[in-house]
Amino acid sequence: MRQALIPVALAMVLGASPVLAQKTASQGIDEYRAMLQDGNPADLFEAKGEDLWKQKRGPKNASLEACDLGQGPGVIKGVFVSLPKYFADTGKVQDLESRLLTCMQTLQGFDPQAIAKTSFGSGEMANVTAMATWVAAESKGMKFNLSQSHAQERVMYEVGKRLFFMRGGTHDFSCASCHGEEGKRIRLQDLPLLTKNPGDGIGFAAWPAYRVSNGQMWGMQQRLNDCYRQQRFPFPGFASDATVALSVYLGVNAQGAASIAPAIKR
Amino acid sequence: MFRRLTMQNRRQAIQHSAVVASLLSAAGWLPTAAQAAPNKAAFEAKTVQEAVKASGGANISESKDVTLTAPDIAENGAVVPLGVSTAMSGVKHLLILVEKNPSVLVAVFNVSDAVDANFATRSKMGQSSDVYAVAIMNDGRALFAKKEVKVTLGGCGG
Amino acid sequence: MADPMRIRAQASGDKAIVRVLMSHEMESGQRKDAAGKIVPAWFIQEITASHNGKVVMTSEWGPAVSKNPFLQFSVKGAKAGDKVSIKWVDNRGATRTDEATIS
Repeated sequence: MRQALIPVALAMVLGASPVLAQKTASQGIDEYRAMLQDGNPADLFEAKGEDLWKQKRGPKNASLEACDLGQGPGVIKGVFVSLPKYFADTGKVQDLESRLLTCMQTLQGFDPQAIAKTSFGSGEMANVTAMATWVAAESKGMKFNLSQSHAQERVMYEVGKRLFFMRGGTHDFSCASCHGEEGKRIRLQDLPLLTKNPGDGIGFAAWPAYRVSNGQMWGMQQRLNDCYRQQRFPFPGFASDATVALSVYLGVNAQGAASIAPAIKR
Repeated sequence: MFRRLTMQNRRQAIQHSAVVASLLSAAGWLPTAAQAAPNKAAFEAKTVQEAVKASGGANISESKDVTLTAPDIAENGAVVPLGVSTAMSGVKHLLILVEKNPSVLVAVFNVSDAVDANFATRSKMGQSSDVYAVAIMNDGRALFAKKEVKVTLGGCGG
Repeated sequence: MADPMRIRAQASGDKAIVRVLMSHEMESGQRKDAAGKIVPAWFIQEITASHNGKVVMTSEWGPAVSKNPFLQFSVKGAKAGDKVSIKWVDNRGATRTDEATIS
């Protein structure tokens, strides 16, 4: 699929320069990405996240070390590839970032609504992203294995699927407009098909990621938020049911794919 | 300077240092605490030639002995991995420059006996441009390798 | 105080490959903010690397180096257990020093 698009890419990008015709633009980009693998600034956020987890903070002056991310209090390794899932204590299906808010509230006394309203990259929101980066890193290389055994998990999958195909906004876009067909691309960015497993380290399996273009660390919540921005939709609420439902849909579809988070992206 | 002064007595060592320091100072390079600020002139230079000259380099000529490691095409100009290395001995500084950047001189690495003449970092590139790796030798000669690096915009960050 | 660096130092033969990630905006001074004003340049200017307390490398940077900069170099005559220390100073005079043990 991609081969057919390369001449177009070359012509657009290189102005039909004969010199680079031997190596395709696609190969050149792959080489560039490979050169960046070693030394991912996401490491800086990972380190920060780990520190924050262990620090006594908030009105209750407590650490998050007793936080249950799905496999018991304080268990970090392996939880990332099993989220989102149903949590009995809150009675809802939660993703990593909403679960971090739950723990920051119950253990540390933070106000989750206030954090949810904070801009990405600042204040406690930035701390949530850093911790999400660290938690994801502790499952790096492991395969996604979301549960669908609880009724609510199955409901959220179906809700996510509906949302994925729901067209709206000024441009009548849906997630499927970009991610509903094989072989689509925007300029030089491949758009993975997300209605099924897109493969190791692709789509759901590639976030949180450090974006070099703006030097920002993005969690899955910010990725979804920005997708909606590009679709000219109103922003979904941070850690809202809609975003969790989409994550369930994407995560269950990615069953068996290996996580590369935290990744490095354009 | 990182030369060991084991063969000289203390007075000669101090004299030697003073001479070397003044030479370096004139050339604009004094990587010790005595230096107030890095060589501003070199970092404010608007061309590759000016930056190399301000860094104490002359007789700028291309050389197969200098290696520039850079991608052919950078998906995003914010982060372009660039490396400079050489197997030659007698290298004082290794420089990385991006010709079309508003700040042409990206970085200067001061080579000592304790490190390989091999450094890598990542630079911003405002647009597709020639990138230069320059070795400034102890005798002041400047030898370079260059390569064109194309910078694309890319898509929507997936 | 600035966030800590991530320093990885790996012994390889009689050398150590040192890879550093620094947390810094590296503002070029070319960007304009939403109001159209230039965002002032703010970037790491000097790096000093030491091996077991002895300076082995210095480097000067301009504002073109990328945000959250990466640096890689090789120290000769280094072995596992030795200490590598990196110090940066930026154009505002702020500084940060971090140390790592060669593994």
